[in-house]
Amino acid sequence: MSIPAGLEILDFSFPGQRIADTFAPVLVGVVGSGNLEVMLESAAGDDCTVRIETSARGFEPIWRAVLADFHERHPLGGIRISINDMGATPAVVGLRLGQAVAELPGASS
Amino acid sequence: MSLSYAECTARERLALLLDAGSFHEWLPPSERLTSPHLAQLGVPCAFDDGVAIGRATLAGRTVFVAAQEGAFMGGGVGEVHGAKLVGLLQRALRDRPTAVLLLAESGGVRLHEANAGLIAVSEVMRSVLDVRAAGIPVITLIGGANGCFGGMGIVARCTDYIVMSDSGRLAMSGPEVIEASFGVEEFDSRDRALVWRTTGGKHRWLTGDCDELVEDDVQAFREAAICALSAAKPVTSALLETEHALLSARLRDMPPPSDDLDDAMALWQRLGVADAQRIPDIDVAAMHALRVATEAQR
Repeated sequence: MSIPAGLEILDFSFPGQRIADTFAPVLVGVVGSGNLEVMLESAAGDDCTVRIETSARGFEPIWRAVLADFHERHPLGGIRISINDMGATPAVVGLRLGQAVAELPGASS
Repeated sequence: MSLSYAECTARERLALLLDAGSFHEWLPPSERLTSPHLAQLGVPCAFDDGVAIGRATLAGRTVFVAAQEGAFMGGGVGEVHGAKLVGLLQRALRDRPTAVLLLAESGGVRLHEANAGLIAVSEVMRSVLDVRAAGIPVITLIGGANGCFGGMGIVARCTDYIVMSDSGRLAMSGPEVIEASFGVEEFDSRDRALVWRTTGGKHRWLTGDCDELVEDDVQAFREAAICALSAAKPVTSALLETEHALLSARLRDMPPPSDDLDDAMALWQRLGVADAQRIPDIDVAAMHALRVATEAQR
């Protein structure tokens, strides 16, 4: 299987259960080697949408699993998650997502 | 508690160095003003293109500030990144803050963006000089792990005042570039002690290329930045004469190659530093005491 050169863009959507109040955008992490940035923004609707731009191509099933696990822990809705990734491992992705949620207003830290 | 400036991200530095909660960002990540070039090369972009700009207060006084993120492309200046710096400086001409702070951490031009990055850096230089000409000091803080090199090294030296930590580095060509151009006999980029002796904060402070030397500590940088708010050095012909005299003196003082001392240590000795071999091992307080002693001798 040949993977085309360039970035891979992945989109996911999960039905939200806890609808977040409107909040100012949250950014955590840095687009560095083995790292990623995660931005959370308020969005219309009840879903949790996720868009990922990554330089590591061919890992869609792993992203799906990591995000499903995250959504099980934090079933947020009305939220848009945007990720720029430079080859972060699944564990780092999970930690960054948790960090971002912890910075939401009203999150118990 | 001491907190390492080098270990902080650009945004952590902004949060900790400025008055708490005072930073107001322009063109924040949610604006998605990202590089138009990186995606074509298969490189992910960053929502802020590696630099955060805005207005804040420092000890209650209004400052404009930019912080470069060294972990994203080595802090490289791309087209958007550079345009954000230029916009900040030009807005300073209009709004006249007390000072503009550049929290620099950069390898210079982002080579992926080639000419767009080069032009961006030249525009930053011009804007820095415009802001200085308007009597507003531009202050550079250098303490990130990536140092301040290439075009940003020149930008730093175009500003009024430079604060560095011992672990900060400032130069034009980086160590690898010198080695690639002139050979490992000329400069061994893997010799970390050599790299810091020739580009590090202590060397820059001893030779007069930076104005204040601080420990690698966020509060130390904050205090030095507050002191620097009134350190405007208007670009006058007298200032340029002084700068030329400093550079001529350095060429004159540059020691011939020696087997006993390397170039940097021999230069420090010629600058009147006793026990030049001791410099890499001593702390910032001892460095300050040393300069006082050296100046008293003169």
